[in-house]
Amino acid sequence: MLLDIDRVVKRYPGAERAVLDGVSLTLDAGETLALTGESGSGKSTLLHLAGALDTVDGGEIRLDGTAYSALDDAGRAAIRRGPVALVFQQFNLVPSLTVGQNLAFHARLGGRHDPEWVTQLAQRLGLDALLARYPETLSGGQQQRVAIGRAMALRPRLLLADEPTGNLDEATGDAVLTLMLDLVAETGAALLLVTHSERIAARLGRRVHLTSGALR
Amino acid sequence: MIAAAVTALLSHWRRQPGQLATLILGLALATGLWSAVQAINAEARASYARAAAQLGGDAGPVLKARDGTLRLADYVALRRAGWQVSPVLEGRMRLGRETLRLVGVDGMSWPSMPGQGMTLAPADVLLPPGRLFANPETVARIGAEADLPPRIETTGLPDGVVLTDIGTAERLLNRPGALSRLLVLPDQPEGLPPLAEVAPALELTDRGRQSDAARLTDSFHLNLTAFGLLSFAVGLFIVHGTAGLAFEQRRAMFRTLRALGLPARTLTLLILTELLVLALLAGLLGLVLGYLVAAALLPDVAATLRGLYGAPVDGGLTLRPAWIASGLGMAVGGALLAGAQGVLRVARMPILSAPGLLAWSGASARARRLMALGGPALILGGLGALWLVGGLAGGFLLLGGLLLGAALLLPPLLGALLALGQTRARSVIAEWLLADLRAQLPGLSLALMALLLALATNIGVGTMVASFRLTFTGWLDQRLASELYVTTATDTEGAQLAAWLAPRADAVLPIRHAETDLAGAPARLYGIADHATYRDNWPLIDADAEVWDRVARGQGVLVNEQLARRAGLWPGAMLDLAPGWRLPVAGVYSDYGNPLGQAIVDLPALLRHNPDVPNRRFGIRIAPDRAAALAEAIRRQFDLPDDAIIEQSRLKAQSLAIFENTFVVTAALNVLTLGVAGFAILTSLLTLWTMRLPHVAPVWALGMTRRALARIEVLRSVVLAGLTALLALPLGLILAKVLLDVINVEAFGWRLPMFLFPLDWLRLFALALLAGALAAALPARRLRHLPPAALLRVFAHER
Amino acid sequence: MNARLLILLLWLPCAALAQGFAGLGTDAEGFAAPDPAYRLDFPKDHGPHPEFRIEWWYLTATLHGADGRDYGIQWTLFRSALAPYEGEGWSSPQLWMGHAGLTTPDRHFVAERRSRGGIGQAGVTGDPFRAWIDDWEMTGPPVGIDSLRLSARGREFSYNLTLNADGPLVLHGDAGYSVKSRDGHASHYYSQPAYAVAGTLDLPGGPVAVTGNGWLDREWSSQPLSATQSGWDWFSLTFDGGARMMGFRLRDSAGDYTAATWIAPDGAAEALPDGALTVEPLATSGVEGRDVPTRWRVRLPSKAVEVEIDALNPQAWMATSFPYWEGPVRITGSHSGKGYLEMTGY
Repeated sequence: MLLDIDRVVKRYPGAERAVLDGVSLTLDAGETLALTGESGSGKSTLLHLAGALDTVDGGEIRLDGTAYSALDDAGRAAIRRGPVALVFQQFNLVPSLTVGQNLAFHARLGGRHDPEWVTQLAQRLGLDALLARYPETLSGGQQQRVAIGRAMALRPRLLLADEPTGNLDEATGDAVLTLMLDLVAETGAALLLVTHSERIAARLGRRVHLTSGALR
Repeated sequence: MIAAAVTALLSHWRRQPGQLATLILGLALATGLWSAVQAINAEARASYARAAAQLGGDAGPVLKARDGTLRLADYVALRRAGWQVSPVLEGRMRLGRETLRLVGVDGMSWPSMPGQGMTLAPADVLLPPGRLFANPETVARIGAEADLPPRIETTGLPDGVVLTDIGTAERLLNRPGALSRLLVLPDQPEGLPPLAEVAPALELTDRGRQSDAARLTDSFHLNLTAFGLLSFAVGLFIVHGTAGLAFEQRRAMFRTLRALGLPARTLTLLILTELLVLALLAGLLGLVLGYLVAAALLPDVAATLRGLYGAPVDGGLTLRPAWIASGLGMAVGGALLAGAQGVLRVARMPILSAPGLLAWSGASARARRLMALGGPALILGGLGALWLVGGLAGGFLLLGGLLLGAALLLPPLLGALLALGQTRARSVIAEWLLADLRAQLPGLSLALMALLLALATNIGVGTMVASFRLTFTGWLDQRLASELYVTTATDTEGAQLAAWLAPRADAVLPIRHAETDLAGAPARLYGIADHATYRDNWPLIDADAEVWDRVARGQGVLVNEQLARRAGLWPGAMLDLAPGWRLPVAGVYSDYGNPLGQAIVDLPALLRHNPDVPNRRFGIRIAPDRAAALAEAIRRQFDLPDDAIIEQSRLKAQSLAIFENTFVVTAALNVLTLGVAGFAILTSLLTLWTMRLPHVAPVWALGMTRRALARIEVLRSVVLAGLTALLALPLGLILAKVLLDVINVEAFGWRLPMFLFPLDWLRLFALALLAGALAAALPARRLRHLPPAALLRVFAHER
Repeated sequence: MNARLLILLLWLPCAALAQGFAGLGTDAEGFAAPDPAYRLDFPKDHGPHPEFRIEWWYLTATLHGADGRDYGIQWTLFRSALAPYEGEGWSSPQLWMGHAGLTTPDRHFVAERRSRGGIGQAGVTGDPFRAWIDDWEMTGPPVGIDSLRLSARGREFSYNLTLNADGPLVLHGDAGYSVKSRDGHASHYYSQPAYAVAGTLDLPGGPVAVTGNGWLDREWSSQPLSATQSGWDWFSLTFDGGARMMGFRLRDSAGDYTAATWIAPDGAAEALPDGALTVEPLATSGVEGRDVPTRWRVRLPSKAVEVEIDALNPQAWMATSFPYWEGPVRITGSHSGKGYLEMTGY
């Protein structure tokens, strides 16, 4: 078991009820899981908690047996640049770095930079010609491909993706998703993908549905 | 609709009182410093004008001798040719405790005389001993000097001026038959022969004697104005930063208002109105501030002007409508200038589209190119101005061109440096830091320019003042070689003192001088004894061979640097000392802190031409350890007042005190400017804060702690400040060079050697780093404690 | 404003004049007093007398222009001493003031010059005769004053005239000792009343050639007025028949004092005592805010003179440091002719 989400509770200050109210979920290595749910159901929050971006108010999350609750800020940061990589719906990229620098950024930060692998990724993602450009000048699809490349350059054990194709048209989104699934399969990473699209969810190995902070 | 919009716009300030305070404070600071300088200048100028008006008529056209020797016969010749002119003989003279300006006029032809309802017999005033007219303070300062003609108090004269009949002046100044200038009266008869025919040796100038005070002090006021303008510019950077922040933070509100149907025009007008109201508020506050600063500084300024130039300035401050108007005008103009970018952006803002993350740098590449071209152009323009315009104005144009040009060059230079650093960066964090710095540069460049200007000015002015101080103290050591300086009340007492001292001191050196005109301007002609004290110590900056022998033989004259530079009198040139007395210049000596020309001849030679020069001051050489005892003995023997005997160390201390006084204002403005620059960086960083999150959030998400990011945030600011400081150093040194070699020479008439003070640079560099760190501390702290949810919102929400 | 006041108090030459002409009656301590026994000595007495407090060289001329119009000119040099000696340079106690007037039927031009003594800007020498202040000059021949060149210049006018005497000098009073009050105040006073004048006036409208009669008055004293006298009316009249008359009235709160000199066509002079001359204002003109008599009846019964005097230009006001009226007049009645009138203290 790679990821173990155990009866997790999350509240935001001022909110009437918990966003997540005792959610439990597990994910094995290499497994792909789609997390669906309505707007505001807490699926993004769950993803953020799994990515050690935020802390739980109750319950526990373990990655490869490491309990997140035992980690401090630095420990959580180490998770984010080690076993876990993230792809968000938008604003994934560091605006002041070029595409090439963005691609290598995460892996270098995690101390696992493999230039050949990055070059290979750039080729497979069709970013060869864009390496010197700045994210601002790219289309949405191109940006997401850079984000995926950057995440995979780290060779994460777990890839977390929050609506990675949410801002893209259907065809582009499908192509981006295909690339992502291929790379995940190839590297043996597990994928937890948040989406509201049935169609996309159907392409993943398993799916769970989140309603009002609880799994169905 | 508009009322609702106004409420919405104003709600921002209610939520951000700190920002409102910063905006108003920044503008108030800028206006305040500027207004303070203006108030000081206006007060001083008003004092000069008042003095001129009180002296009466002395502001009109004036005739002076080209060679500086104007004689009574010249006056009579002009009169006999029909020209209606009035003679003036003027000199500085020690009357009682102070050196005062003695103005002798011919009451028969003088257009206006002071005094009200005084019933004086003309014979008393016109015939020996005559009368001295002065205002009560001056009369009090003259004290009870038995030798002098009776004093008449009148409120109609400026402080420090003693008016008397020209015959009395001639006797007191011991300059029989001499005149300083001729006042050309307004009412001239018809058909006069041309001036060139009647008096070819005279030239007509438009400015009277009073404007001499104005001319002498011009440089001082120009200095102040330059500083005021600099402070104002730096203050505007704050306003720019804060206004930019306020616009940025209200972007969503603006968009909503627009979406709700408020025309872009109306919105722009509303924002302009808001800016104007704030500017007026800040301007008023600035005026209060300026008034306080001016009131605090004015006594020092007045002391400086009086001590250095003998220009009378009252210590009191009056409110002038023109001053208020100009202060408010500057505030409004400044606010509009600083807010223009924000207003324009609002006016052009599309309703829907989200701005790019590098929107601030929108046309930044083009802007950088413009700056890279404009900077050198401005610098070249400054050099051209020096060459074309010349003089003090040219010098200041050069300074302006240099500073502005360098400021414009700063962003492209920093960009290039950062790009260079990026190619060298090894670690990914360093790479990101540098890339990030470059991306932030357009938003910070104004603040950095402010810092550059403040630092460079500090280095430049600091170097100038410190070089001056070093030169000045060294010069004092040379110049004040005698251990004791004694002044007696009368010539008789002087002779007794000299006789008494002869067996008791190593040497008694009389210090005697005549007031005269040299090369067309008032000057002092000193006679010195031939003594090793002069040969060994006198600070010559240029001299012929055997200079002292030639002076001792009465075959050469020494002139001070001011006179040498003004009249081009370098060794070998001939100088008219008096009618029929012409000597070659044998040497030039430095003479700091003295606005007047000066020349030195052998004492016997002086006495041959001016037998009656007072003999009351003496320098006494004696072993230093015996100086105090001798001073005491003189005091007992001659019953001299305390301040009549001055030991060398005390005289040096007094001279240094005057020197320090001169730069009090400069130092104060220096510190204020630097403070304002630091504040400008802070406001700029705060402005950029809202745009930082999209830059920082991805990095955080990719595995950096907020603590590390906060550290980098501070580092970033420190690096920029440090780089700016590094670039400010050469600029400051160039500035110092220009101040010393161009401005000083033009303004004061002396050139100073430049000394370097690396420790000061280090201190300033550290100060710059500290300013950078302090400015970034607040945003960094915020980042450090930002909840993750706030960072995560970046990925989910539209801005 | 305050300056003006002080000029008057402090600096006026003839400072006594500044306090009203009555000031001439102030104490003359240290100064020489006119001496009835003194016999005038020429050319020496053409020159200055620094030991006396005040002195003047006073020339007036009635002129007729080539343009057919009548003119008058005045050229006066006053000397006023602060102390009864001359000195060198600025320390000289002698002060000088020049007045020039030019009267046309409708304009009156005035100029004033002031100078210290001792520096050469103004002065008088008796032998040869030369009087000057600034560029104004009255210069004589190598000996005496029978022919003079006269020039003065103001802002809008100038004149250059030559004068040739047509008769002897006239000594007023008792051989030049002229009594001014019943208390015995007096001055030394002589005239050359018979100059034939020719020359050019420069006026704003252009130069005008003129000819006419000139009259030089020389007078010095230290205290010519008594304390109760407030001003004078002075007449110099040249009748068509060739006779001339000088007469004055000193207005006195204790009773006016008059004196006159009758000058026969051959130049023989006869002094007439107090009361022989009567003058009576017939009409006044408003001049500079004052009422100044500009029409007079002048009677000298012993010489059968009963004439009316009319100002050529009633506005002949000398707006100088101390203002007075001085201008040419026409004579009608028992005699006709032209003359000059001076009135002070109005």
